[in-house]
Amino acid sequence: MTTAAQPREAPEKVGLWLRMYRQMAAIRQFEAQVDELYTRALMPGLAHLYIGEEAVAVGVCEALERTDYITSTHRGHGHCLAKGASPDRMFAELLGKKAGYCKGKGGSMHIADPATGNLGANAIVCGSAGIATGAAFSARCLGTGQVSVCFFGEGALGQGVLYEEMNLAQLFKLPVIYVCENNLYTEYTHYSETTAGDILMRATAFGLEAASVDGQDVLAVNGMAQRFVDRARHGDGPSFLLCNTYRYHGHHVGDINREYYRSKQEELKWKTERDPIANFGKWLIEQKLADVAALERVQAELESEMKRAVDFAVAAPYPTVDEVGEDVYA
Amino acid sequence: MPETPRHNAQTAQPAQNDRELTFAQAIREALAEEMRRDPTVCIMGEDVAEAGTPFKVLSGLLEEFGKQRVLDTPISEAGFTGLAVGAAMTGMRPVVDIMFGDFVTLTMDQMVNQAAKIHYMSGGKWKVPMVMRTTMGATRRSAAQHSQSLHAWFCHVPGLKVVLPSTPYDAKGLLKAAIRDQNPVVFFEDKMMYKLKGTVPADDYTVPLGVADIKRVGEDITLIATSSMVQVALGAATMLDEIGISAEVVDPRTMWPLDEKTLIESAKKTSRAIVLDEGYERYGVTAELASVIATGAFYDLDAPVKRMGAMHVPIPFSPPLEDVTVPTEQTVFEAARAMCGR
Repeated sequence: MTTAAQPREAPEKVGLWLRMYRQMAAIRQFEAQVDELYTRALMPGLAHLYIGEEAVAVGVCEALERTDYITSTHRGHGHCLAKGASPDRMFAELLGKKAGYCKGKGGSMHIADPATGNLGANAIVCGSAGIATGAAFSARCLGTGQVSVCFFGEGALGQGVLYEEMNLAQLFKLPVIYVCENNLYTEYTHYSETTAGDILMRATAFGLEAASVDGQDVLAVNGMAQRFVDRARHGDGPSFLLCNTYRYHGHHVGDINREYYRSKQEELKWKTERDPIANFGKWLIEQKLADVAALERVQAELESEMKRAVDFAVAAPYPTVDEVGEDVYA
Repeated sequence: MPETPRHNAQTAQPAQNDRELTFAQAIREALAEEMRRDPTVCIMGEDVAEAGTPFKVLSGLLEEFGKQRVLDTPISEAGFTGLAVGAAMTGMRPVVDIMFGDFVTLTMDQMVNQAAKIHYMSGGKWKVPMVMRTTMGATRRSAAQHSQSLHAWFCHVPGLKVVLPSTPYDAKGLLKAAIRDQNPVVFFEDKMMYKLKGTVPADDYTVPLGVADIKRVGEDITLIATSSMVQVALGAATMLDEIGISAEVVDPRTMWPLDEKTLIESAKKTSRAIVLDEGYERYGVTAELASVIATGAFYDLDAPVKRMGAMHVPIPFSPPLEDVTVPTEQTVFEAARAMCGR
């Protein structure tokens, strides 16, 4: 694995690296439980799993403060967890329970949490570009020093509002980072069939600082994210981070037979050669920052944590029907 | 519905601080007062700064509040409306200016899927205290894409409040209330009314959202009217008076929240009601208001509730064609006279 950082350069970063490993593993285990809940018919509706893309959410969110803002997507569990949401209340939300982050009113695609700066996941593709840009506008107007990150998939590149927001962000010099997760497939169609020209040039045309990184390498993502966050915090304006990644599962949990749009060989190649967690674990061991047993311990701890969180959510009560009309107006 | 004493145009006594202002001046004064009161209030839109909008409604605000709070934007209605949604969630109180009401179509995802739903979807955690000011109204010879009254679209969406002031007094008080509201509020100004003059106190006052106003007291028929149709209804009422028909004019002032009680009480009293609105009659605001009255005053009505709105055509350019698309004093007079059996 090639990485953007070397341990000898910054020994104080070891804690951060181990935390990033844990966070990525937590997302994967969370999502595995979601898949299980769907399969066992315990979860209403569908969910869009983030498995395979963990290094993007973790690499970016580890460059942020708790008070910084993020907006997320329909494939948003990873962003929420990476920003600090707790699995039990997330599972509760996924099951439509009162104890969920949104009292069960939002579900998988709308988890929001002011306590961790999460402005909300959004089920309209590119629906949160305005919100993230507006949060950066507030930070600038109020002088809070916060930055704002807008996560979106490459499918959002087709939405005109993204370019309106990048134009506004650059005109107003706003502290916002647009993080494009290119997992290659906009639902069931390869992105090359829907995306003309060059992705980064779409951002640089507006004068944004833009870079492309290996989205399977958490240190590469984190390094570039940190650079862009620092820039934004110092008033140097918006930037665009393209993370090249891969979605291991289907568009959603019900998208099982995928061979009409991509081959099993392709999926296998990414899983075996480019897995962000396995490769980062290997690197940690090579650098003697962790051993196999320590990483296995992390996995085991997470496994029991996720099981407890699922049990909490399954046992939690639904909202009562008289709550249906609450929270329409503030 | 909150039990708030309403401003009654018939009975309110002019106070010492009252002045004559135009509708546009009243809007500007409301914005200036709120911006002085609350540093988080800011204005954004196309040509709002130096130009003060093509209607000159915002003239002078840039000079007092500066470019940080009166922001010219690109022609990107979706872009700056979306930005305002995020800004409202995170501590600002943005007032976005959509120059022509026809352009709200470009903001629909931001308003309908984002602003309106964020509070509910987040289980009440995030709030979106923003105002979208926009225009409505035909007969300005502006043709089909600069003349529509699309307020009914927003009335259909839970989570939004919709305000249609009809006088300078109401415009100032309602706009101040809208800016202080914790929810996204869409505020429609009839561009044909910007020069309408009326009495406006210099004091800090608000008109609560959800309280109708009786603009004229009458006995024989109720004319429920919104925005510029209030002036049309008042003109028709004067004509009706001359033939011995006493018309009451009721202005709901806000489409949502809606003061159903005042509408129903008036219809019960007069036993006849016509609902006037400049939006499209078909599937429009008049249908909802007529339904409220038909249900609430059923046993007291002497005639079916009549609806009068815009014809179901794109607003045409040619003056004789455009003029027949919306209710006029004459058509309202004739409809009311017929309903009263004269």
